[in-house]
Amino acid sequence: MNWSEFFAMKGYAFYVWGSYGVALLVFIVEVMLVRHLRKITLQNLRMLRDAGDEE
Amino acid sequence: MKLAINWFKYSAPSTFYGLAGKMIPWFAVSSAVLFAVGLYIGFFVAPTDMQQSEAYRIIFIHVPASMLSMFIYLIMAGYAALGLIFNTRLSSMMASALAPTGALFAFISLWTGALWGKPMWGAWWVWDARLTSELILLFLYLGFIALHASIDDPRRADRASALLAIIGSVNVPIIYFSVKWWNTLHQGATIKFTGTSMHIAMQQAMFTVLAACWLYAIAVSLMRVRSIILERERNTQWVSELPEVKP
Repeated sequence: MNWSEFFAMKGYAFYVWGSYGVALLVFIVEVMLVRHLRKITLQNLRMLRDAGDEE
Repeated sequence: MKLAINWFKYSAPSTFYGLAGKMIPWFAVSSAVLFAVGLYIGFFVAPTDMQQSEAYRIIFIHVPASMLSMFIYLIMAGYAALGLIFNTRLSSMMASALAPTGALFAFISLWTGALWGKPMWGAWWVWDARLTSELILLFLYLGFIALHASIDDPRRADRASALLAIIGSVNVPIIYFSVKWWNTLHQGATIKFTGTSMHIAMQQAMFTVLAACWLYAIAVSLMRVRSIILERERNTQWVSELPEVKP
């Protein structure tokens, strides 16, 4: 079996790679979102602390 | 009573925050390894299916994602119920952290199901009991997230969304048994408590990806709950003393 045959999936390439591709995309986007959430949460905490210091 | 003391120690958000931070890399790395192994077996070891040719290989992501979407819902409802009954803050935060991940697994289940249904049944979607109840599961997750976000007071939001989560959990056994109770286009269970007729390499691939999905879900939920803990404990001494918050 060569690679082009493998990627062709006997004519089911769109369905098979469409499934795995979107699943992978969902995982990547979710990890990016939780990382972003941590970044903005920490930023907010620092802002809150700095605002508190000035009082 | 050392055990009891340790147990309660980790139910405190301040201790759990640090513990979760240490555990995340281990779950993430083992998840990546198991995904690689599972997909290798699924694509290079498992044979071509006689009836469905190569299209059946969607099973290695479709079944684990569907199982996770149901399990995560039950765990989320369990945490929400603990928070409601014992008024434990961390349980409610865990429920909130699990909801988006559960919703995404429900989405992957429906998406991969559509891409499998089209070549096999000739339709992306049918209003079959299995598919419809899984779609309701996705809406329950979204409802939980939306309800929680719509109430300003976090403790009230926890209680209201916990009720929704608990009532919604009746949908999970409906999804599971739908293929038995109704005459569905969706096939019945291949993996049963009494055994399976599946090829051994197909089973190995499916269960390895299932384990990988579990570890992924744990890693990403722990990452999310750490931010939720920081946000909701922002006025406490321990948060202000964290090295990542200090200048």
